[in-house]
Amino acid sequence: MTTPLPPVTDAQAAEHGLTPEEFHRLCDAIGRLPNLVELGVCSVMWSEHCSYKSSRVVLRGLPTSGPRVLQGPGENAGAIAIGDGLAVVFKIESHNHPSYIEPYQGAATGVGGILRDVFTMGARPIANLNSLRFGSFDHPRTRYLIGGVVSGIGGYGNCVGVPTVGGEIYFDKAYNENILVNAFTLGLVRADRIFRAKAAGVGNPVIYVGSKTGRDGIHGASLLASAEFDETSEQKRPTVQVGDPFTEKLLIEACLELMEQDSVIAIQDMGAAGLTSSSVEMAARGGLGIAIDLDRVPKREATITPYELLLSESQERMLIVAKAGAEQAVMDVFTKWDLDAAVIGHLTDDGTLRVQAGGQEVVALPLEPLAHGAPVYERPYAPPANLEEMQRLDFGQIPQPGDYGQTLLRLLATPNIASKRWVFRQYDSLVGSNTVVGPGSDAAVLRIKGSTRAIALSVDCNSRYCALDPYVGAMTAVVESARNVVCGGAEPLGVTNCLNFGNPEKPEVMWQFREAVRGLSDACTALGVPVVSGNVSFYNETDGRSIPPTPTVAMVGLLADVAHHTTQWFKSEGDVVVLLGRTREELGGSEYLATVHGQVRGTPPWIDLSVELQVQHICLQAIREGIVRSAHDCAEGGLAVALAEACIAGPGEPLGAEVELEADIRPDAWLFGESQSRVLLSVRRKHVNRLRELARAADVSCTMLGEVRGRRLRIGSLVDVSTADLRATWANALAQRMEE
Amino acid sequence: MRWGVVTFPGSLDDSDARHALEVLGEPAVALWHKDRSLQGVDCVVLPGGFSYGDYLRAGALARFSPVMECVIRFAADGGLVLGICNGFQVLCEAGLLPGALIRNRHLSFICATVHCRVEETDTPFTAAYSQAEVLALPIKHGEGCYVADAETLQGLEDNRQVLFRYVDAAGRATEDANPNGSLRNIAGITNATRNVFGLMPHPEHACEALCGGVDGAGIFRSVRVTLSDGLPIRTASVPPGL
Repeated sequence: MTTPLPPVTDAQAAEHGLTPEEFHRLCDAIGRLPNLVELGVCSVMWSEHCSYKSSRVVLRGLPTSGPRVLQGPGENAGAIAIGDGLAVVFKIESHNHPSYIEPYQGAATGVGGILRDVFTMGARPIANLNSLRFGSFDHPRTRYLIGGVVSGIGGYGNCVGVPTVGGEIYFDKAYNENILVNAFTLGLVRADRIFRAKAAGVGNPVIYVGSKTGRDGIHGASLLASAEFDETSEQKRPTVQVGDPFTEKLLIEACLELMEQDSVIAIQDMGAAGLTSSSVEMAARGGLGIAIDLDRVPKREATITPYELLLSESQERMLIVAKAGAEQAVMDVFTKWDLDAAVIGHLTDDGTLRVQAGGQEVVALPLEPLAHGAPVYERPYAPPANLEEMQRLDFGQIPQPGDYGQTLLRLLATPNIASKRWVFRQYDSLVGSNTVVGPGSDAAVLRIKGSTRAIALSVDCNSRYCALDPYVGAMTAVVESARNVVCGGAEPLGVTNCLNFGNPEKPEVMWQFREAVRGLSDACTALGVPVVSGNVSFYNETDGRSIPPTPTVAMVGLLADVAHHTTQWFKSEGDVVVLLGRTREELGGSEYLATVHGQVRGTPPWIDLSVELQVQHICLQAIREGIVRSAHDCAEGGLAVALAEACIAGPGEPLGAEVELEADIRPDAWLFGESQSRVLLSVRRKHVNRLRELARAADVSCTMLGEVRGRRLRIGSLVDVSTADLRATWANALAQRMEE
Repeated sequence: MRWGVVTFPGSLDDSDARHALEVLGEPAVALWHKDRSLQGVDCVVLPGGFSYGDYLRAGALARFSPVMECVIRFAADGGLVLGICNGFQVLCEAGLLPGALIRNRHLSFICATVHCRVEETDTPFTAAYSQAEVLALPIKHGEGCYVADAETLQGLEDNRQVLFRYVDAAGRATEDANPNGSLRNIAGITNATRNVFGLMPHPEHACEALCGGVDGAGIFRSVRVTLSDGLPIRTASVPPGL
């Protein structure tokens, strides 16, 4: 019998990010002082990233159920039934801090991690999206970060056979030192073949598959994702993991092949907190215990310690609970794909995590407190002191621009509105042969082979709105992503969200978080779209400065018939241009106000959820009746930018339009204001009356604006610009900024 | 006739190639990189992807796989071999096609629809097209810049081995129409005996109106027509190996 490892000190507990109260709570829960290995295990399980200790109470308010929901939050990803016996599995997750420290690997491993969350449930990943936030182009690090993140997403995503079909990118100086990289994956699975991460069967083998374990990413989740940035953050570079997409591709194929057999009881990705969280969470979900022998874990180097083995976040690894007797069948599949696989332990009935190394027991911890014993905080909250000041906007102080056409060109050249083609052309958006509408329209559309159905996807968040009013801003993220999916021809089905916020220990951040969740909840409830998965990323701060609240929403929609897929650009001359929804005199939080007048203030555009629902309903009904030729959400830059995009965003030669001006509000608000619940349509002239009927029956405002015609965009007497100029400005702006 | 689509570890467009063949009504079997037989197929497709991770050089490791030994023998006996994207890179590495594919001129990966002009129609891979037809085909690659020495290039031109060239919508092989810096805008070439074809564009992603258009289907149809009707194939009179 060897001597037990010595107990840790208060100082060691503090170094692991535990407060004195949390350390006492831990000692009480396990009935003694932990040793160093145990402290490592506990601290990571109780980290904000793994335990959701600051957000759990608030998140209970989200609607998570519905008739189509097969799996809500709490598993590796959510699942929704789409008919024909099929389901989609999806989730979005952040990789913010790693991507700021090491943009290529940070973004690459973000993609790898979210892919594993989806295929671990038995679903073949068929689409990736990403939502990115960078700082201002004036900041010296911004171009380096954009270049690194984009090539990291491409470098990983392009090598695994999953298309990157869309996403969104915004630039704001508030992200200068804390960029956001949120990665989304959607997979397709037979509804009766969804795998979960709940262990069962005492004595069943625990099998490690995938890459060998090295010393990378140790404390990635606990110290990198659960603390603010400061001047020492660069030194945390070794906590960033390194990705190997080739191994990931083999792992996808091997796992999905294995899942066709009857060998797997539970399976989970070794993501944040690696071997520790995967073994603890699977065993705890099943109410069992688990025993692991670290000597059997495939290692990159012999000298790696038990502490490092348990906390490493080496990528491309999975943990499987198999049926007893199926060990060889599992090994055979992984041998075929040239991957490591090893039986490293078994399930027990003692409710304890037992880990041995070199014949010595290095961890003996009760599972329940590890998995569910972290403190649950109801953090204090209060609105920011300057909120009322920020929301004040005196229209009398905002002069009309001298030249509306030039203003439109200026907006089209801002990085937030300009074409993102420079980015998405670096991503394979075609592999898998399902991409019907790729990046660059309101929603991406993917057909489901062997069925008439298709899926539409969009990811959205306007953090400027969220900074001015997190409740309305979060609602806008939901309704706009839903509107995008509707414009693609789909019925919104469900949501996953990535809640990026500052330090939750600050009352104003906690207030933003609570308001945003309330907004998400109200909007999702009104639209009937449940939240089935998600991720919270706190501590997005550098030197005490928080990012704007950024509750990113990814919406999944269903087209019963892929023939209904619709794109944002005009199709032919002579079609009538129609606006569904009403334009209010609103400028607060707009791109126009920020770009032309240098102000980020006011209240974001108002949303009436019942009006929004009706507008979406009419738009979708018209699409399903086959009378809509193009549909485009009015968003940043307002109606003028939406019109311009409809003219120039298509793959062919641009088409012009001649549009009348509604004169009852300020011209700049009519052109560039960002009123919600508006959709720009084009329809054949013979279908105008039918569209009017539909709108009238639902009491939706429906305005004939003009006609698709010629090679210029003419808006009343205010704007008259050639589509060639519009396109050149919009298409080249981002590449030019990158090359400056 | 029957098609075989090879899967290397890291192949990505293998199932897409099989799907395209299925859509076109062509029977296809999957071939595994460890196989030592081609199961009697009539045409082998080496698909796109990143075989063996492409960590050394695109296609550099795949050529040493057991199945490639079979493919090399098959090609030497006149069997039809179609290499798409990474498959083209593998064919160059294996010496079945001359030249090499290096990093794109602008260095980054590019996914886009480009125009290609059909340069020759008297081959098993292009017989269903018309001369100088302009096709819209997707490309997606980081290492698609075709290079070869001057003598090799001249030989390719003299023997009419360049089958596809990047052009603009009007069919002109301009600098702007060249997406990756390939010498002479070369998008695809055949060998001297015209039974091996490698190209960077992805015809398998252009076989359905709903997804990517139908301009790529002609390549598969050409092979079918050639093998079933036995169209005479004019071979160039140059020494093998070029």
